[in-house]
Amino acid sequence: MQNQSAQPVLQLKGIHKIFPSVHALKGVDFNLYAGEIHALLGENGAGKSTLIKVMTGVYQRDGGEILLEGKPIFPNNTGDAQDLGISTVYQEVNLLPNLTVAQNIYLGREPRRLGLINWNKVNRDAQELLTGYDLDIDVTLPLSGYSIAVQQLIAIARGVDMSAKVLILDEPTASLDADEVQSLFRIMRELKARGIGIAFVTHFLDQVYAVCDRITVLRSAQLVGEFEAATLSRSELIGHMLGKELAELGEHKPQVKTENADALLDVSGITRTATLSPIDIKVGKGEVVGLAGLLGSGRTELCRLIFGVDKKLGGTVIFNGKAVNFSSPRDAIDAGIGLCPEDRKHDGILGQLSIRENMILARQIKQGWWKFISRKEQEAIANQYVKELSIATSDIEKPIEQLSGGNQQKVILARWLAANPSLLILDEPTRGIDIGAHAEIIRLIRKLCDQGLALIVASSELEELVAFSSKVIVLRDRNKVAELDGSDINPQRIMQAIAAS
Amino acid sequence: MLKLNPKFIPLAVTCCLFFLLFGIGAVQFEGFGSSRVLFNLLSDNAFLIIAAVGMTFVILSGGIDLSVGAVIALTGVVCSVLISQYQWHPLVVFPVVLIGGTAFGAIMGAIIHYYKMQPFIVTLAGMFFARGLASVISEESIPIEHEFYNQVAAFGFMLPGDAWVGTSTIICLLVLVAAIIVAHYTRFGGRVYAVGGDANSAALMGIPLAQTTIRIYAISAFLATLAGIVYSFYTFSGYSLAAVGVELDAIAAVVIGGTLLTGGYGYMFGTLMGVLIMGVVQTYISFDGTLSSWWTKIVIGLLLFCFIALQQLLVRGKPR
Repeated sequence: MQNQSAQPVLQLKGIHKIFPSVHALKGVDFNLYAGEIHALLGENGAGKSTLIKVMTGVYQRDGGEILLEGKPIFPNNTGDAQDLGISTVYQEVNLLPNLTVAQNIYLGREPRRLGLINWNKVNRDAQELLTGYDLDIDVTLPLSGYSIAVQQLIAIARGVDMSAKVLILDEPTASLDADEVQSLFRIMRELKARGIGIAFVTHFLDQVYAVCDRITVLRSAQLVGEFEAATLSRSELIGHMLGKELAELGEHKPQVKTENADALLDVSGITRTATLSPIDIKVGKGEVVGLAGLLGSGRTELCRLIFGVDKKLGGTVIFNGKAVNFSSPRDAIDAGIGLCPEDRKHDGILGQLSIRENMILARQIKQGWWKFISRKEQEAIANQYVKELSIATSDIEKPIEQLSGGNQQKVILARWLAANPSLLILDEPTRGIDIGAHAEIIRLIRKLCDQGLALIVASSELEELVAFSSKVIVLRDRNKVAELDGSDINPQRIMQAIAAS
Repeated sequence: MLKLNPKFIPLAVTCCLFFLLFGIGAVQFEGFGSSRVLFNLLSDNAFLIIAAVGMTFVILSGGIDLSVGAVIALTGVVCSVLISQYQWHPLVVFPVVLIGGTAFGAIMGAIIHYYKMQPFIVTLAGMFFARGLASVISEESIPIEHEFYNQVAAFGFMLPGDAWVGTSTIICLLVLVAAIIVAHYTRFGGRVYAVGGDANSAALMGIPLAQTTIRIYAISAFLATLAGIVYSFYTFSGYSLAAVGVELDAIAAVVIGGTLLTGGYGYMFGTLMGVLIMGVVQTYISFDGTLSSWWTKIVIGLLLFCFIALQQLLVRGKPR
């Protein structure tokens, strides 16, 4: 940290952003100094991405001030922000796959001679620029031929070369492997040494401690605080991010179910070439089995295989004491299994339909369309679950898309509960929902398992898994690498299993 | 290893195909493989080349322009009315129609951008509008009678081997050279490819989408108007039902020329080759003398299928 007393290169003061349905930023401050790497942390829905979009001109703020080197700025679009010296690199690299690497770097500012683009200079300069990033690649080939990691570095090189004073990296490491992350970090440190202020958004706390000088934490659209990375312990940080409610939840020891409980689901050697190596998994009645692992580790694939969405190519599944072979989700539903998919918006909700219609779907399918559930019965079901799961809505006839993410998730849960399943598979049930609802979903999961329902819950949030799992299965690279139970279920052990190679 | 950038494959295929077809004709028929036939291909198809060049800009950006044929017809009608009925000098008429045509395209581009409408629908509306306007002005074919017009249309010189280079050929080659420079050597050209590759990313990279889209459709309409003027050099008349379906010929030429219909990949030079391939098939059939000229359409249809299949293969084969 240098020049704490000096003026920040980028200063946001009391930023407000209001969307029609939600107050996304409530007076947030953010101070970025030249020559520092500053982590911007917060759970999903905390307001990180909104804040970044306000800085980069994608959104216009509804209140507050943005000062760049002390002068107020009003970026209206990303072009404006870029001209001012604020460059952004997004997780899904926003470059153009059809153009060459060199074209991507110099797009819109190609060196010209006599009004025409000087391609020799473009290619030479690009090659030279990338050498500074330890990238020795052919800049005259299309970008699409290179890996995401390389594309990301190219995007950074472009951003910095456009005289960036401020570089915003929005989850740049999400799709990189360990080596690629290390080379990204090296570049980040070099840029920091050159006096560029870097705002770094990530979900990986290890990475925060590896490169960041300071940390700003957001929660529920508000600023929690600004901290020095060196003096903030990991558990304090998690406490700040999750807030009291969840932190307390995490301290509860999960109920340890006895191993000799009757296995409700006994899967052995289930596999699908290319997406999943053979995996065994046992779930007892009233047991919550957590599936841990990074994105792409095979969590979702396993859920889909068990539910019969994808066809398994090997292995056996015994459910309720009977060998079963699901050829479609329909078979799984009939057997008494439900799945809340990861991508709620596309695979879960039917946005235009009402809460009631969304809720009765699985039950109606299970009992067949010719046995139509009467309107009265539908309303009874809907009202019952709205009350039971405390779904915040005034009207069960409201289209589900008007609910918040957390309430939508509860409706999907209710959909399956109404079908009276004996096993529920939840794939990332808390993705993209706000912190309060988050804790409620976790309480709900516990309650359901107390009532004797068996659950398989895939999640990338370790604290969450620890909070409710009686057994955690860790997946890595589409393989099962560990099965933890009892006191082994803690974030450190899970993290180790995920990380070990 | 042969160092052929994968993005050049469709262009290479197109060029090879042209020379193959031309070679077959040259072997089979005496007089086919001559510079005369080659240059006739250019002068007969000059208006189509000009229109297809404009279409290439549009398709490169991921759009489509269905108004081209109608704009050609409207241009002819307006020119003939102004020259024959109002006695304007052609040198006054040409700038007037070119400016009008360009404005027409710019308006379509603005509607596409600001109202976030499908180019297909907007230019379809433009097509009906232009064709309808041409018919309202005159349902009859109007002859163009002007001394200057005759001179311009007759202007030209002979290259060795009876190869005639007329006004249309000169205009079309100038347009082609200018288009190659604009597409490949200016920042605007880069923006066209950028928008066609991924408009969202292009916007995040600071590309002014509105300006780019408007210019693209303005260029296409400008060239369609120019094609209309060149077309009137053949016919010496303006007729509201002329050039029906030329936009589809232009699209076919662009695709056969190796430009990806979804935008982002392709070359101006490929479009020239696309038109020439269509022309060479036509020439082959007229040399043969026994085949119906509709066979041209069948061959073009088959070629289109093949090229779209080729594009799919290339797109799928791309690493993500």
